[in-house]
Amino acid sequence: MAAMIEVEGLAKRFGAIQAVSGISLEVRKGEVLGFLGPNGAGKSTTMKMITGFLEPDAGTARVCGFDIQKNPIEAKRHFGYMPEGAPSYSEMTPLGFLGFIAAVRGHSGAEADARVRKAAGRTQLERVLYQPIETLSRGYKRRVGLAAALLDDPDVLILDEPTDGLDPNQKHEVRALIQEMAAEKAIIISTHILEEVDAVCSRAIIIARGRIVADGTPEELEARSNHHNVVSITATNETLVQLKASIEALNGVARVDMELRRLLAVPDANANLLDGIRVLVRQKGVSVTDIRLERGRLEDVFRAVTTTSEAGGGR
Amino acid sequence: MSTTLTLFRRELASYFVTPVAYVFIVIFLALLGAMTFFLGGFFGRGEADLAPFFAFHPWLYLLLVPAISMRLWSDERKSGTIEMLLTLPISPMQAVIAKFFAAWAFAAIALALTFPFWLTVNYLGSPDNGVIVAGYLGSLIMAGAYLAIGSCFSTASKNQVIAFVLAVLVSLIFTVAGTPLVLEFISGWAPRAVIDVVAGLSFLANFEAISKGVLDVANLFYFISVIALFLFINVVLVNVLKAR
Repeated sequence: MAAMIEVEGLAKRFGAIQAVSGISLEVRKGEVLGFLGPNGAGKSTTMKMITGFLEPDAGTARVCGFDIQKNPIEAKRHFGYMPEGAPSYSEMTPLGFLGFIAAVRGHSGAEADARVRKAAGRTQLERVLYQPIETLSRGYKRRVGLAAALLDDPDVLILDEPTDGLDPNQKHEVRALIQEMAAEKAIIISTHILEEVDAVCSRAIIIARGRIVADGTPEELEARSNHHNVVSITATNETLVQLKASIEALNGVARVDMELRRLLAVPDANANLLDGIRVLVRQKGVSVTDIRLERGRLEDVFRAVTTTSEAGGGR
Repeated sequence: MSTTLTLFRRELASYFVTPVAYVFIVIFLALLGAMTFFLGGFFGRGEADLAPFFAFHPWLYLLLVPAISMRLWSDERKSGTIEMLLTLPISPMQAVIAKFFAAWAFAAIALALTFPFWLTVNYLGSPDNGVIVAGYLGSLIMAGAYLAIGSCFSTASKNQVIAFVLAVLVSLIFTVAGTPLVLEFISGWAPRAVIDVVAGLSFLANFEAISKGVLDVANLFYFISVIALFLFINVVLVNVLKAR
């Protein structure tokens, strides 16, 4: 099946700053692409170009086959976009604002009403439908923006930091909503919250200095971490000191790092240390609080690829 | 068309949700009344017409109309809603036209609320109501020209005050272009053709002709051209924002 979002070599320069240099990607139906990167990496600029708000210096984007440069209105009919900060007309009520979006998108009468109610329901806005948006909390304002993006039930959703400013419960709800819709749509979300990637994304792209420096499933990215397959043992420091030498002697152990009340056994290549260490601990008869195999930390990968990508990084 | 109408409705309604619209209308009517009765000598002239009323419209519009138009785009830029608006399935031209007509409709409402002046002259005497209708029509279309300039410069800045000042400045140039002050200033060095063009660009001269009851197509066409020109520049500026 063809990709629903196709981005080809987007580039944008603001004065002396090359904000985005040659970003290409594809998102298919059923995929939730997480757009990761430090602040100022070019996430929002890329989204603004995909949605046609900014004209790229080079490259283009297609949404459901419609080129955003050549056929902007048709392309815009096929996506819902929530810009950074979820801007909406603050003097309007959510009901009025969503009604306006419905009308602009060509719905009227009972159908428009039904769409507004459905979008408001999905984002839990029912309680505040009649209050001016400017009097709402940040979380509600965000959800008004989200409801506006969802309103037309578009094939493609592009959400710039959808959970920013939400409390943990609201974050959970928004993530659940994104997951619920994921099967039917192609979704891009930008975030700098890494746990979000694990929670909702089927694929993640890390960008730094306007370039893609990593692209893969969250698991693939985690595997690039130097904590991948590391066995961590939590116990008292005395116990750990006791264990250290014998763990170092085990087959396949490259290195042992000591932290406070935690010991990290780093494996050679793809060696699996977990079973060996469990046996060892049992033989020694010492008590440990926890032994676990680390999947690797997205955070480490994120830091590694975004701080050492001067050479261009890998695709 | 229905999309433009939707945008138009939202824009017009947005004038009335804040007190700004009501404050504006009150100030407009109060100033117009003060000018007509005190500066214009409405009662002392002994003539039943609205000439002293219409005479002040260009000057009042010069300062007040940019206050209507200044928020059209600069507010959208400042609050970031422009990004939401321009990524909806609409063209920049639809947005420009909808916003302009919403502001124009608002100006028309303010102008319509001056009807007590018309009632007054009809009560006091028997004016030529044809001339008065022409005056209102001319005033409305001139307000449109001021609004088009204002809307255009509203795109230029996120700051409404800057948008206002720029609009007043350019409106002033168009207002006074044909006055002796300007013509004498340029007549020393400019060729004849340029002087004629500058003289013809004046809002004052074109409006004066209409408000005397001479509904010349040339005068109406002049204001319509100004509106079309500045709305065209407005669309160009909105597109420039995207390419910036």
